Amino acid sequence: MKVPSIRRRILYDRLFKMIIVLLAFCSILPMLFILFFITSKGISVINWRFLTQLPKPVGEIGGGISNAIIGTLMLIGIATAFSVPVGILAGIFLSENRERSLASLTRLCVETLQGVPSIVIGIVAYIWLVVSTGSFSALSGGVALGLMMLPVIITATEETLKLIPENLKEASLALGVSYPRTILKVILPAGVSGIVTGILLSIARIAGETAPLLFTAFGSPFMNLNIFKPMNSLPLMIFNYATSPYPEWHTLAWGASFILIVFVLGLNLFTKVVTRRWKVQF
Amino acid sequence: MESTILRIEQFSAFFGVTGVLKDIKLSIPDKRITAIMGPSGCGKTTLIRCINRMHELNPDATVSGRILLDGEDIYATDPIIVRRQIGMVFQKPNPFPMMSIYNNVIAGYNLNGIRLVQNEKDRVVEESLRKAALWDEVKGALHRRGTFLSGGQQQRLCIARALAMKPEVLLLDEPTSALDPRATSHIEELLVQLKDTVTIILVTHNMAQAARVSDYTAFLYLGELIEFGPSERMFTAPKEKRTEEYLTGKFG
Repeated sequence: MKVPSIRRRILYDRLFKMIIVLLAFCSILPMLFILFFITSKGISVINWRFLTQLPKPVGEIGGGISNAIIGTLMLIGIATAFSVPVGILAGIFLSENRERSLASLTRLCVETLQGVPSIVIGIVAYIWLVVSTGSFSALSGGVALGLMMLPVIITATEETLKLIPENLKEASLALGVSYPRTILKVILPAGVSGIVTGILLSIARIAGETAPLLFTAFGSPFMNLNIFKPMNSLPLMIFNYATSPYPEWHTLAWGASFILIVFVLGLNLFTKVVTRRWKVQF
Repeated sequence: MESTILRIEQFSAFFGVTGVLKDIKLSIPDKRITAIMGPSGCGKTTLIRCINRMHELNPDATVSGRILLDGEDIYATDPIIVRRQIGMVFQKPNPFPMMSIYNNVIAGYNLNGIRLVQNEKDRVVEESLRKAALWDEVKGALHRRGTFLSGGQQQRLCIARALAMKPEVLLLDEPTSALDPRATSHIEELLVQLKDTVTIILVTHNMAQAARVSDYTAFLYLGELIEFGPSERMFTAPKEKRTEEYLTGKFG
């Protein structure tokens, strides 16, 4: 009697597939829920004035988040300018000197840095740059964010370069190309998609960070382009407005959350494009 | 005796404490094909990697003795200069995957920061591809990526890339072992054509290939040079017993 057992197997098969689909759906549910919630609350305040105006004092209607958008972009710029060169060079070092004891020490430090809570990184940047200069500043915020980007960039660079076949390096060296030029003109271009992906993901990771900015960039109600002065950013603005007692500010916070989510989502989609388009086939 | 371009004198190589090459003495004749033959692990690849100092990529590698190119000790010259004079083609074709065919051929200039005017570049590319017998197949696709080519074409692209630097010596490390018989015979014909312009040192474990293309053959066994001489004589009347045993398949 084989027939019933086969029927049972088919039934099991269906049941199993259904459970998988259900669980997969459950895992994207929170994300869909957040998107829906923020969009429905935030999209109503989005208009040109919201994007281009400065925040207004309590009681006045309207006001925008232009300083926070500019501030976030500048903070990301500072963080990137500092962490990308350091991160890529460290990644090259790790992939080129896998056996060295300095490399394993570096790897341990990178893993530890990855696990350091963002608030602690904020305190470190506070002690380094705020206490020593005597002022909250965008620079200190950017450094704090950059420290958080570093481990992601280092790991992405190392892992990408490790996968590049040794014979490419040999091809270049055998043409009489010096070692530094081989690294810069052959190895790095061959790994560009992986490295850029790492950078973009690290930016997406820090774009919404609030804790390290609380006592570094600090926030500001004004438009500020001076990196040695306090600067506003989207997460700080959301934090300040959402915890305020004023309903109008709550709406602004929803709007700012929407902008931030769209930015991070866009960055992730762009990352996918980069990974596919710039991929080098060996 | 023919004129010698490369003279290897009392040359030994070590990886850590293990001796890989023992007291090699060899004179490579100019504008001829010299095959280096021997069983796996006999040190033939190490020997040619020592000739353009590629063995130095292994931090444990040390050498003693001298290798003279036109009378100049290559171990007293900057390895970068040595490698521009002594080109190399590897076992597995390794064109630069992010570059077009054109840029692959001119890579030796571009990567070294040597500036050429456009029509000079064009000339070098065409000349090198013609020498590598690849021009007719790729002239319409010069700006496509080199990795689209077949394995045999990729290997000829690598030969063109090496030839573009106008080396005096071209080292080939089992250049056909990853290729099918057709592509192999194509490369072999090419090597015979090339010997008018460049000295070729060919490492191979394929005895028939050594017999077909080479003018001279060196037989290496366990890091020692057993015999060196004109291929015709080596393959018909070897002087050493071990050479004969290897050629007749008694070991190796």
